[in-house]
Amino acid sequence: MMSSRERVLDALSGVRDPELDEPITSLRFVSSCTVSHDGDVEVLLRLPTPQCAPNFAFLMAADAREAVRRLPGVRAVSVQLEDHYTSEEINAALDRGEGFRGAFPGETDDDELDALRELFRRKALLARQGRVCSGLLATGVDRETLVAMTVAELPDGPETARCLELRRELGLPHAPAAPALIAGDGAPLRTETLDTWLRRARLVSLSLESNGGICRSLLRVRHGVADPTEEMAR
Amino acid sequence: MYEKNGEKYFIVDGHCHFWDASPENWVKGQERYAKGWIECFHAYMGLGPPETHWPIEKFMKYSEEDFVKDVFEDGGVDVGIFQSTYLKEWYTEGFNTAEKNGELAAKYPGRLIVNGRWDPREGEAGLRQLEEDAKRYDMQGVKLYTAEWREGSRGWRVDDEQAKPFLEKCKELGIKNVHVHKGPTIWPLDKDAFDPRDIDQAATDNPELNFIIEHVGLPRIEDFCFMATQEPNVYAGLSVVIGGLMHARPRFFAKVIGELLFWVGEDKMLFGSDYGIWEPKWQIDGFLDWDYPDPDHEEFSDFPRLDANGKRKILGLNAAKLYGIEVPKALRLPADGGTAAAREDAQLVESA
Repeated sequence: MMSSRERVLDALSGVRDPELDEPITSLRFVSSCTVSHDGDVEVLLRLPTPQCAPNFAFLMAADAREAVRRLPGVRAVSVQLEDHYTSEEINAALDRGEGFRGAFPGETDDDELDALRELFRRKALLARQGRVCSGLLATGVDRETLVAMTVAELPDGPETARCLELRRELGLPHAPAAPALIAGDGAPLRTETLDTWLRRARLVSLSLESNGGICRSLLRVRHGVADPTEEMAR
Repeated sequence: MYEKNGEKYFIVDGHCHFWDASPENWVKGQERYAKGWIECFHAYMGLGPPETHWPIEKFMKYSEEDFVKDVFEDGGVDVGIFQSTYLKEWYTEGFNTAEKNGELAAKYPGRLIVNGRWDPREGEAGLRQLEEDAKRYDMQGVKLYTAEWREGSRGWRVDDEQAKPFLEKCKELGIKNVHVHKGPTIWPLDKDAFDPRDIDQAATDNPELNFIIEHVGLPRIEDFCFMATQEPNVYAGLSVVIGGLMHARPRFFAKVIGELLFWVGEDKMLFGSDYGIWEPKWQIDGFLDWDYPDPDHEEFSDFPRLDANGKRKILGLNAAKLYGIEVPKALRLPADGGTAAAREDAQLVESA
C-alpha cells in the first residue's frame, strides 16, 4: 500500500508543465512534499528560473493544488511556489482559492488561462502524434495503411494514451473507430500531405524537447538537481 | 578575425552586451528583481563549458578590459553589435543602455555597432527620441521587446497600427535592421509575447526592412520556422541557441541547427554570443568544429549539411551584409571576390 506521501506524489505526477506536456514530478519541479499525521499537505514547487512565465507557473501551481485536494483523506492543502519573482502574488491567490486574475488584479483578463492551455494541448498533440506516426513508419507500415488506421489499431503505450487524452480534452474525435492520426481540425490525414505534416510535427516535438532540456539543465546548474536525461558534450 | 587550423574567419557578433547589474545599480525596493534577473542570466552561463564560468560578482559587472579580452582578443570578433536593454524599473542607470554601450563603442571605432530601441506606446515623444538616438549613434538597427510592460499595457505587437509610424521612421532614418526579442522573457502574462507571428505581417508590409528574430522564438521555434520560410526578409538570430544548447544539449543542438538550415537556410542565420552570458570564443571554436553527431543516422540524415563556407556566412558574412560592414578581401567567399575558401573549393574539384 502506498504511504500518504506517495499518494500525493502520485497525484502530482498527473500535473504537467503546460507547454512541455511532461509531469512536473519527472521535470523535478516538486522540491518538497510533506503530509502531516492529520492529512495536511504542503507542497513546494520550484521552477528552473525565477523568471519563468507567471502564467505557466500559475497553471502548474493551481493544477497541483487541485490534484491534491481531490485525494481522499486530505485535509488542508498548501501549494507554494518558491524562488519565483511573482511567488507572493501567486501564493496569495492560491491560498484564497482564486484564479489567475486574483493573483494579478487589473493586469489580466484571462482567469482560467484557457486559450493558453488549448494552444499547448494542440502543440503537444501534434508532437506526440508525430512520434506515434514515425514509430509506425519505422516498423514498415505504408502510408496508405497508416492514414486508414483507426484509434483501435494504434499500438498500446503511454504515447497513444496521452494522444487520446489530449484529443478528448480538445473535443476532437477519440473513439476506437476514429482515425488513428488526425489534423488539428479533427480530419483524417491524407497521404499527399503526410510528409509535410510529419515534418511540422517533428519540429514541434523538437521545440518542446529542447525547452524541457534547457529547463532541466537550469535546475541542475542552479540547485544541483540531478538530470537523468543529461547528454555528455562530445 | 578568428583563426583556426590555418583558416581565417571574419566574425560579427550580432548580439552582445556591456551591462551593469552590480548592487550599486539596483533600484531601492526592487532589489529582489534586480538580483533575480542577473542570477537567472548567471544560471544560463552554467550551460556553457565549466572552464568558461565566472563568479557571480564578476558576472554582475565586468570591466572594459574583460570585454576587450573576451570579445576582441580571445573571441576574434571583428565587429560586435550591441543590443541595448534598459530595465530601468530595476536598475537605476539601466541594465545596458544605448548611452553606456555608445561610450564603449566610441573608444573602439569601427569595432562596435550600437543598436537602439523604440516602443510604439511612447507615441510622438518616442518618434522624436528615435530620431535623436539614430543621429547620435548613426544607427542601423534597433532591438525591440514586445513583452515589455508600460503603464498598464502588457505588451504590444509589431503588426499593431501604432507600430507603423515607427517602422516608417526607421526607413526614413536608414535603420534597416529590426531585431526582435522572441525568446525567454519575463513579463508575458495573458499576452502571448513568445508568439513570433506578428512579424509575419510586418515583414510582408516592409520588404525594405530586415527582421532578425533573436533566440529564434524559443520556446516557439516551430512558429518562427513556419513564418521565416515564407518571408525573405526574416532572419534567425542564434544567440542562446549556440550558447545554451551546443555544449549542454549537443543532440538537440544538432537537430535545432538542422531544422533551421532546412526551414531558414544558411544565408539567413546570424551568430550572436549574448556576451556576457557566454564568452564568444568557445562558441565560435565549437561551431567551426561542429557537425551532426551521427550524420548518417536517420535522426539527422535528411537535414541540409553545413560546410565551411556556410559557417563563414553564419559567423560573420551574413551580418556584414545586413550592416554594410566591409569584409577584407581575403575573408570573403570566392563568389564575393574573396580568396579564403578557394583552397577548399579546389580540393572539392580535385576529389570529385
